[in-house]
Amino acid sequence: MAEKHPIRGVLAELDSPAALLTAARRVREAGYREFDCHSPFPIHGMDDAMGLRRSPLGWVVGGAAMLGVGSAILLQWWTSTVDYRFLISGKPYFSFQAYVPVTFGFGVLFAALAAGLGMLHFNRLPRLHHAVFSSERFRKVSDDGFFVSIEVGDRLFDADRTADFLRSIGATHVELLSD
Amino acid sequence: MAAPHPADAPLIAGNQTFGTVTERISRLVEGRTPRAWYIVFAAAFSLLLVFVGTIGHLVWTGIGIWGLNVPVGWGWAIVNFVFWVGIGHAGTLISAILFLMRQRWRTSINRFAEAMTLFAVLCALMFPAFHVGRVWVAYYMFPVPNQMSMWPNWRSPLLWDVFAVSTYFTVSLLFWFVGLIPDLATLRDRAKTKLRRLIFGVLAIGWRGGNRQWRHYELAYLLLAGLSTPLVLSVHSVVSTDFAVSILPGWHTTIFPPYFVAGAIFSGFAMVLTLAIIARRVYHLEDFITVNHLERMNKIMLVTGMMVGYAYATEFFIAWYSGNIYEIFAFVNRATGPYAWAYWIMVSCNVLVPQFFWFRRWRTSIPVMFVASILINVGMWFERFVIVVSSLANDFLPSMWAYFKPTIFDVSMLVGSFGLFFTLFLLFIRFLPMISMAEVKSVLPAANVHGSHHGSGAVAASSESA
Repeated sequence: MAEKHPIRGVLAELDSPAALLTAARRVREAGYREFDCHSPFPIHGMDDAMGLRRSPLGWVVGGAAMLGVGSAILLQWWTSTVDYRFLISGKPYFSFQAYVPVTFGFGVLFAALAAGLGMLHFNRLPRLHHAVFSSERFRKVSDDGFFVSIEVGDRLFDADRTADFLRSIGATHVELLSD
Repeated sequence: MAAPHPADAPLIAGNQTFGTVTERISRLVEGRTPRAWYIVFAAAFSLLLVFVGTIGHLVWTGIGIWGLNVPVGWGWAIVNFVFWVGIGHAGTLISAILFLMRQRWRTSINRFAEAMTLFAVLCALMFPAFHVGRVWVAYYMFPVPNQMSMWPNWRSPLLWDVFAVSTYFTVSLLFWFVGLIPDLATLRDRAKTKLRRLIFGVLAIGWRGGNRQWRHYELAYLLLAGLSTPLVLSVHSVVSTDFAVSILPGWHTTIFPPYFVAGAIFSGFAMVLTLAIIARRVYHLEDFITVNHLERMNKIMLVTGMMVGYAYATEFFIAWYSGNIYEIFAFVNRATGPYAWAYWIMVSCNVLVPQFFWFRRWRTSIPVMFVASILINVGMWFERFVIVVSSLANDFLPSMWAYFKPTIFDVSMLVGSFGLFFTLFLLFIRFLPMISMAEVKSVLPAANVHGSHHGSGAVAASSESA
């Protein structure tokens, strides 16, 4: 049985956002690292409780914005002063003041795409399957369920002891996850 | 004690729990389609067919089927373009600017306001695209290498428009989809049939609500809101420069960018209100879209309406103060000339109608605000009409003047674009959750894990009164 369906982790249900926040703190204090707290909406203060640092996404988006601005200026400069010189209303070939709106547009576009795609990348999405989806009960997570999952990769993971630990910190229901 | 101040009332009424929020909103998508939906959809779809037919005729015959004449080379196409772009702005304002300002009442209305933005911008894009006449060479506007080794003219505001509006559409679409992901996961988890599970499973891209995901998600959402905010101000400013950089009297004014943005937000809120009133009535969403929400939107309309009125006054003052006879004529002519009827419709709808919202009684009356929201949209369409047509029709030389008369195809194109808008909107409210479940849950008192003294004002107040 265990060979056919290797255990992937333990899933514990809590009964409120506040209980989940407390549980997150307890799990971290117990030394677990490969765990996650699932909720239907983001819970204020959860990053601190889980000991997570701020998402690095801002740096990616900032870089993308710079890239957008740079490539827009380069494109407009090259097309109008090098590749297709055309005198329009006696204006200079490099009319940088007139380039501002398009440059701004490129900057915002690149940054927004980076925000969307970067979020997917950091979250390893899209993905078709994950061990937590093997639990019927986990379907509540997008409704009104609050769960802690501890994955098998954690160095402290031991199916029985981890399950007992989760019960001891107030989990209302604990189950093993397999594929 | 007096009745509690509306700002202290709970954001969501009816003692909702997380479960009831999911149930109430998902049911709209999962349950039987109301008969009213089919009736309205049939009407909207018929108008869409009119739109498609008109476009077919337009492409086949050319833009001569419109009522354009020699001075008025830009007629209803640009009027409708500016009108629809403006409608879109309230959606972005609600979803981005109010989000950054921590206005938590936005959660009930942001989803369909964003959808409205997308569909309105799509309608807007139709008009310049087909106004170029040969729509199959519209790609000339984009900087793609071509056989003529030509590049676009980056100094042209019309080109800035292409980039501003297409960026606006792309960013709005992204923002909307990112906001939808947690709710798509809800629909996936509730799906009963294989087909629904497959569709929503793909759309939800494997979302599992873990905090490791939420922390990237929340930052992405915040960044998208931050990026959309300058877009609200820039898109319509760029649209206004189409006019302002010309030398035509009545167009060549520096007030145009802020004036257009204020008008856009004004008309956009009117459209959100029209749709919200219908949706809450048909789908019984009174608990989620409370009178409190509607009243706040009315206050915004009162403010932006007065900004628009102020702009009308400023235009007249500056025309007089400039001492430029053409400029003075353009404005006097607007109010007293051949288009005076349009001008006074505009002033009555945009300046006088919102003044009713000074009074709480009218601000909270559904029939009053419904009529007002429609009148404001009519007025804002006429504002663009007055700007575009009256300036073009009576410019510097009286020998060049001509009166603009729309043809049946001008009318069918405008009416048809409403068909496109409403068809898309109806499909949206039928197949996707029109209220953001994840966000509504996060403003319920039960979601506040820190007790009332820590949360923001609105949350603290709602948890105390619950």
